[in-house]
Amino acid sequence: MRRRRFATIAAAALLVPALAACGKSSDTGAAAPKTLTYWASNQGASLEFDKKVLQPELDKFKQQTGITVNVEVVPWSDLLNRLLTAATTRKGPDVVNIGNTWSASMQATGAFIPFDDATLQAVGGKDRFVPAALASAGAAGKPATAVPLYSLAYALYYNKRMFADAGISSPPATWEQLVADGKKLTNGKQWGLAVEGANVSENAHHAFTFSQQFGGQWFDAAGNPTFATPQNVAAVKRYIDLMATDKIVNPGNAEYAQNQSVSDFANHKAAMLLWQAVGSSLKAQNMGPDEYGVTPVPFLASPPSGGRHIDSMVAGINIAVFKHTRNREAALQFVKFMTSDAEQVILNRTYGSLPSVKTVEDNAAFAAPEQKAIQQVLSTTAAPLPQVPEESQFETLVGTAMKELFADAANGKAITDDAVRQKLSQAQQQVTK
Amino acid sequence: MATTIGSDAAVARRGRGKSTPPPGTPPARRRASAAGRRRPLGRSRLPYLLLLPALVLELGVHIVPMAVGAWMSLREMTQFHIQSWSTAPFAGLRNYRATLDLDTATGRELLHSFWVTVAFTVASVALSWLLGLAAGVFLQRPFRGRALLRTLFLTPYALPVYAAVITWTFLFQRDNGLVNQVLDSIGLAGHRPFWLIGGNSFAAILVVSVWRQWPFAFLCIMAALQNIPGELYEAAYLDGAGFFQRLRHVTLPMLRPMNQVLILVLFLWTFNDFNTPYILFGGSAPRQADLISIHIYESSFHTWNFGQGSAMSVTLLLFLLMVSVVYLLVTNRRVRPDA
Repeated sequence: MRRRRFATIAAAALLVPALAACGKSSDTGAAAPKTLTYWASNQGASLEFDKKVLQPELDKFKQQTGITVNVEVVPWSDLLNRLLTAATTRKGPDVVNIGNTWSASMQATGAFIPFDDATLQAVGGKDRFVPAALASAGAAGKPATAVPLYSLAYALYYNKRMFADAGISSPPATWEQLVADGKKLTNGKQWGLAVEGANVSENAHHAFTFSQQFGGQWFDAAGNPTFATPQNVAAVKRYIDLMATDKIVNPGNAEYAQNQSVSDFANHKAAMLLWQAVGSSLKAQNMGPDEYGVTPVPFLASPPSGGRHIDSMVAGINIAVFKHTRNREAALQFVKFMTSDAEQVILNRTYGSLPSVKTVEDNAAFAAPEQKAIQQVLSTTAAPLPQVPEESQFETLVGTAMKELFADAANGKAITDDAVRQKLSQAQQQVTK
Repeated sequence: MATTIGSDAAVARRGRGKSTPPPGTPPARRRASAAGRRRPLGRSRLPYLLLLPALVLELGVHIVPMAVGAWMSLREMTQFHIQSWSTAPFAGLRNYRATLDLDTATGRELLHSFWVTVAFTVASVALSWLLGLAAGVFLQRPFRGRALLRTLFLTPYALPVYAAVITWTFLFQRDNGLVNQVLDSIGLAGHRPFWLIGGNSFAAILVVSVWRQWPFAFLCIMAALQNIPGELYEAAYLDGAGFFQRLRHVTLPMLRPMNQVLILVLFLWTFNDFNTPYILFGGSAPRQADLISIHIYESSFHTWNFGQGSAMSVTLLLFLLMVSVVYLLVTNRRVRPDA
């Protein structure tokens, strides 16, 4: 009898933790309703830097509301998969940052609270937000799936000293000038331009801008992919050719996916860089704002017919609330806090981005040349990426195809129109509708 | 010479028979006593109760997800349905047809990935086993420093996979990696080659895979070598057998049962290895090293087509199951006449 009891107890003792582990809920704060989990995207020089920036603000929020926010800064390389996993399992964070280009794709999952008029009112009202930024928070005609948090655009960063040494008096305004300048700047010690050749998202962003300039579209009006059009082939080839034929990019950049191109620019290994609000990262790598200039991304000198005067996507970071949150009110309170005037100034000033609310657009914190340049691009020559559910597939498939093309270029393989078309056709065939 | 070899084999077989010592009690008597004794009910349930947690976990961690994967492969599981799986439309075998249709890019790329994986697995298992055997045989006899070498050889197996592979990514970088610096310093790299992109990526992943895996082969072979009676080697030596003849006619036949399992396990691990290519290539592998595990991941996560990804996984599972069954049938058939 005693043995049987022992056996039962032993088995129960072993089983209970196992079952408990299976059924353990996420840290969404079920047991502690005054706690939120927040996944922040990596905006600064490192994950640790971002945590240091955000923590005092979260403490402030706790002081004001009594709600604790546990933050995790997620690297860009993992963020989309993590969001997808959280959407699938309905476990994980309450509030998340998402790249604004993913908005329509994330919206299609139905995993996020839609920001209809009433919900927008709860975070300060629709009119508070910059219209272009809010337009990049979901498909047209549907309630936004998030609200804008940081606004960004691409710009061309150039090293003033290197330009002066090469006898170049002004930054390039056309790609043809950029190539000519790049050749002057490339020598045994340095390269004209640094690119992030293995970074799938970066590649896709440049594919969008070049495609606009060549008169292309990645999706037609019905939302079907049109990856392998002659315009898109020319656009992608133009970007890859900076390494393949112009030879102003170090072939080693084909391996870069962890912001090594930013380090190369900061460490004077490259004279130019195409990036979004990179000032804080450069500062963290000991490159002061007086050492570099910021100017709009170049255009084609002779655009083909249909070519558009666009040199950046409307980039930015949105903040969204998962439907599975058990603290909807607290989560919306947190969104309101993060988009409040005071936080918008503090956070955007630190990251070098622009505010997503109109009320602080003219704040002196955003008067630096870098922010002025971004502001100019955003208000005049930026266009949003297509807000279709398959957008994230465009980024991963086309970005990966370009990563492979960079690898071919780096290995000395000729990048022909056919090679580019083949890669883009292959990417298009994989799109799931 | 033929006589000597024949006698070696006979000695090896005798040795194998001797290596299972007769139990203290005669088997017939043991059976009789076990049958005659009625175990108390609680005691007979104890093993089942103790197995229950493992069974629950096995069901939860392996069996149920596999069944869900198989169910998912019959559905159009895309981003529109990941919140509510039951709403995903039934696709029948459409995902399988799309996966295996060689007229489409998906089918062709999967087949390409399959052949890359076969070549990679064969090379990795063969090299790991050969290195493990060589190290095991050379460390079989005691000598000064043997324990240190054994520990050193096992280090890669003890390191966490992420830390180990991420170190290799740094080593393999073209401009700043140690591999190219070493090649440069000894004058072997005329132009710095790429290791993580292009043709060399296959060699790079193979090196990392063998580096991670061979210590396991070494560990198993070393343990099995301890069980070979020394008299067998003495007898072979007295019969005039040299090093290679002893290896061929004593060591390898005695290692055969262990090798049978070891090679199967290495094959399955290598074929399915996800961590190594994922960490080494950062989520998307170059075409030349497009191993099937990462290919399936890309097919699922890049396009959010989880139905198709599951169809690929189920196909892979069936293939591995078939290979394992055929392997076990063939190897058991070869072992049986000797036994």
